[in-house]
Amino acid sequence: MAGTSTYQPKSSVGRWFESRLPLGGLIHSSFVAYPTPRNLNYWWTFGAILSFMLVAQIVTGVILAMHYTPNADLALNSVEHVMRDVNYGWLLRYLHANGASMFFLAVYIHIFRGLYYGSYKEPREVLWILGVIIFLLMMATAFMGYVLPWGQMSFWAATVITNLFSAIPLVGETITTWLWGGFAVGNPTLNRFFSLHYLLPFMIAGVVVLHVWALHVSGQNNPAGIDIKTNRDSVPFTPYATVKDTFGLVCFLILFAWVVFFLPNYLGHPDNYIAADPLKTPAHIVPEWYFLPFYAILRSIPDKLLGVVAMFASIAIFLFLPWLDTSKVRSAVYRPLYKQFFWIFVICGLGLGYLGSQPPEGVYVIAGRILTIYYFAHFLIILPLIGILERPKPLPSSINDAILSKNGGVPAESKA
Amino acid sequence: MSLSTEIFGGAAMRLATLGAAGLISLGLGLGPAAAQEGAAPQEEHEAETPHYPLKKPELESWSFSGLFGRFDTAQLQRGFQVYREVCSSCHGLKLVAFRHLGQEGGPHFGDAEVRALAAEYQVTDGPDESGDMFERPGRPSDYLPSPFPNAQAAAAANGGAAPPDLSMIAKARAVGYGIQWTILDFFTQYQEAGPDYIHALLTGYQDPPEGVTVPPGGHYNPYFIAGPALAMPPPLSDGQVTYADGSPQTVDQYSRDVAAFLMWAAEPHLVDRKRMGFQVLIFLVIFAGLMYLTKKKIWADIPH
Repeated sequence: MAGTSTYQPKSSVGRWFESRLPLGGLIHSSFVAYPTPRNLNYWWTFGAILSFMLVAQIVTGVILAMHYTPNADLALNSVEHVMRDVNYGWLLRYLHANGASMFFLAVYIHIFRGLYYGSYKEPREVLWILGVIIFLLMMATAFMGYVLPWGQMSFWAATVITNLFSAIPLVGETITTWLWGGFAVGNPTLNRFFSLHYLLPFMIAGVVVLHVWALHVSGQNNPAGIDIKTNRDSVPFTPYATVKDTFGLVCFLILFAWVVFFLPNYLGHPDNYIAADPLKTPAHIVPEWYFLPFYAILRSIPDKLLGVVAMFASIAIFLFLPWLDTSKVRSAVYRPLYKQFFWIFVICGLGLGYLGSQPPEGVYVIAGRILTIYYFAHFLIILPLIGILERPKPLPSSINDAILSKNGGVPAESKA
Repeated sequence: MSLSTEIFGGAAMRLATLGAAGLISLGLGLGPAAAQEGAAPQEEHEAETPHYPLKKPELESWSFSGLFGRFDTAQLQRGFQVYREVCSSCHGLKLVAFRHLGQEGGPHFGDAEVRALAAEYQVTDGPDESGDMFERPGRPSDYLPSPFPNAQAAAAANGGAAPPDLSMIAKARAVGYGIQWTILDFFTQYQEAGPDYIHALLTGYQDPPEGVTVPPGGHYNPYFIAGPALAMPPPLSDGQVTYADGSPQTVDQYSRDVAAFLMWAAEPHLVDRKRMGFQVLIFLVIFAGLMYLTKKKIWADIPH
């Protein structure tokens, strides 16, 4: 599907370079001439938004690292030094901390867009799996980043999460000690978390390259969920997708600015402004909001090992989604039954998120268990079954036809 | 039962202070109905484990809240006076340097005032050429000296519990009102839970109700975030600090001023942040409008 490049550099230097390394042609075929389905809606702008957020996080992060000290006694004060005395340090730090939240908001929208329109189905399985790997790397990066200020929540989140590994039979304790670099979460833990927090974003960037490559091999999915058949179904990436992505991005930045400048501590936990104290456990240890659904699943299982297994399985199950969903029809637009279960699944995810923020007692525990069971049932029972039971609506014969019927049958030419 | 009525009472009052945004939320049905729902599980749990604080802080009006929030310089100066004359005998403010007190948009003391203030303190410096530490008068670049040399000394002098440093306290304390308010806070830009808590705590000391026994060394305060009573005795009394500008010399006013000052200490660049934020928002909204029109023009001939 990658557009054949007709790229011809105008200058002689450009032609000289192009014949030795066709970099211009690669960029031209990937981001200029690349045919993109004509019917993409704004949910498709989140790929570009996520690329922007990754770059923004790396840029702000690299500058913050110039002022940060990864030492258990100095970390929180160095963060406060950034907040108080570094020029625009408060801006960098709030952009970076809230940028992580915005990154996750965008990735959740991106993932659920994929779920709704069946973007994980043949021939995009590898593209989807690469996406799940990016999501896992993001989670690891965000978690380690949250530990770096070495406040109370940093410390206790690190303690809770690293302790999960002690649930592994036989070698669990050894692995945990190895992760800590000692017999408790301490300075060595902070040091290695800083090192890995700096490393992982570049691994994400690498997998993003593979993700985009795979996308350009299989082509973009679209709201109709059918393939591009003729030139009438597609438009060149530039200017059509470029301008739409930019508009989507700027709208997203308005939300980002609202949070960074006016609600910079809205998504954080007040306890993280208290210095880490290994002798004083906070009343409620809660992770950042984007981990709450998985935290709820972890706590819903009374057994520690099984809880850890369930939590990791709740993410790993996405890797098998292309084969768990038995329907041949991609888009939920033509799947009346799946559409309903999709929204129930969204509510289930939000519900788990809410429960993850509540103390694990009384009705919250029972509700958590019900939603955890439903979460897995969605993938293991509902998706395989409705693929067989459902009668999909008739698919349009082409993307062009889908647009025509949406616009009330006005032919493309008469409008032009 | 009293707990739920208090939560509901707090919620109603909060709604009133939220003004227009509150009315919108009422229209959306997010308001009192949601507040009642939120109160129900609390009520259920009351019998099992008490949830602290027993009372939620009342919402105060702050000059630094909202889109155009700015610190009130006179209030920050009074707040610093309260900190210096009362709080500083037990609580440090180690992240604040004397030079910070001259910040424009902050307490904005004059250069000479900052110098004179710093010089009133003795600061340990050194080692000198012969390897000895020595005392010298403070300079603007010095940080405010803490009342105790370390946490152990602070704990030993205060019955086992070290009084916390106050540099970040205004961001380190926040009482949640439930998810419906958390959602609403996003639109009303509520970020003043810290100063609201400080004001509520300082004005909230009272006699324990019938049947409640306060542990020895404790002082009953239903606004305390971690229990029914705290080790700190009521620190303020009417007329204790003499204000030069004629502001009321009441516990309520002292609490309000010191809470505002501590918000500044925790977030000294708040004013810069809000000012820049407003400019950024305007820029982005115009940029988005232009991009939308560009997009419309480019896609004009392409049905999609």
